[in-house]
Amino acid sequence: MFDLILFLTLLALGFGFGQYLESQHYKSIIRRESSLKRIPAIATKHLPPEFTPCSTQMVCGNVVISIDFFKKFVAGMRSIVGGRVSSYESLIDRARREAILRMKEQAATLGANYVFNVKMETSSISKGRRNSIGSVEVLAYGTAISKQQAL
Amino acid sequence: MILTTLESVPGKSITQHLGLVQGSTVRAKHAGRDLMAGLKNIFGGELKGYTELLHESREEAINRMTEQAQSIGANAILNIRFSTSSITQGASELFTYGTAVKLD
Repeated sequence: MFDLILFLTLLALGFGFGQYLESQHYKSIIRRESSLKRIPAIATKHLPPEFTPCSTQMVCGNVVISIDFFKKFVAGMRSIVGGRVSSYESLIDRARREAILRMKEQAATLGANYVFNVKMETSSISKGRRNSIGSVEVLAYGTAISKQQAL
Repeated sequence: MILTTLESVPGKSITQHLGLVQGSTVRAKHAGRDLMAGLKNIFGGELKGYTELLHESREEAINRMTEQAQSIGANAILNIRFSTSSITQGASELFTYGTAVKLD
């Protein structure tokens, strides 16, 4: 009986805080994304030749985001019937966008105009009980290009 | 020392190719951070302690790679890649590698 109460409390806490934190995080991501639109992140390896007088600097951004108890429970239920695990999709989406934003913020402090050859790395950090993934780390890295003269 | 993820440094030419350099570090999380992470697993959200830990570890890996490159007389590392792998429960390896070159 006590176990059931504890479980339901955790579920309710996870649902409440998880939803709140996620919506706050999305708001901040959208706000910062629009302010950093001027620095495009490009996945191309080769720099166009007209860029040549420029300075380069490696930038990276990483973030570790944890899933909440409610979503973990929902994902557990989903693994019985199969299909899209939308509770993990939003987690990974937030982590990727946040990592790219942090990379761009670092590029912005260097006064860069572009970030070239952006690569991303995802890894799961803690494997909790029953080997379910608790949190993910996303690292985004690239080369910040500052143009020294106009094209 | 120029570090870049590109295959060349714009405006400079490579005079000497010195081969692969690498740096790695294995880090374990400490109990306090693990406890906080356990709590965060209920509420969700960012694990700032882990973010910092991994950032510091990656800097360490970059430093080791840079030292190796300096010891063989390079002045730039091109095409840098990062890689992460978990070795055992609670410890992960952060690995970085690139090509050491001499630029003019």
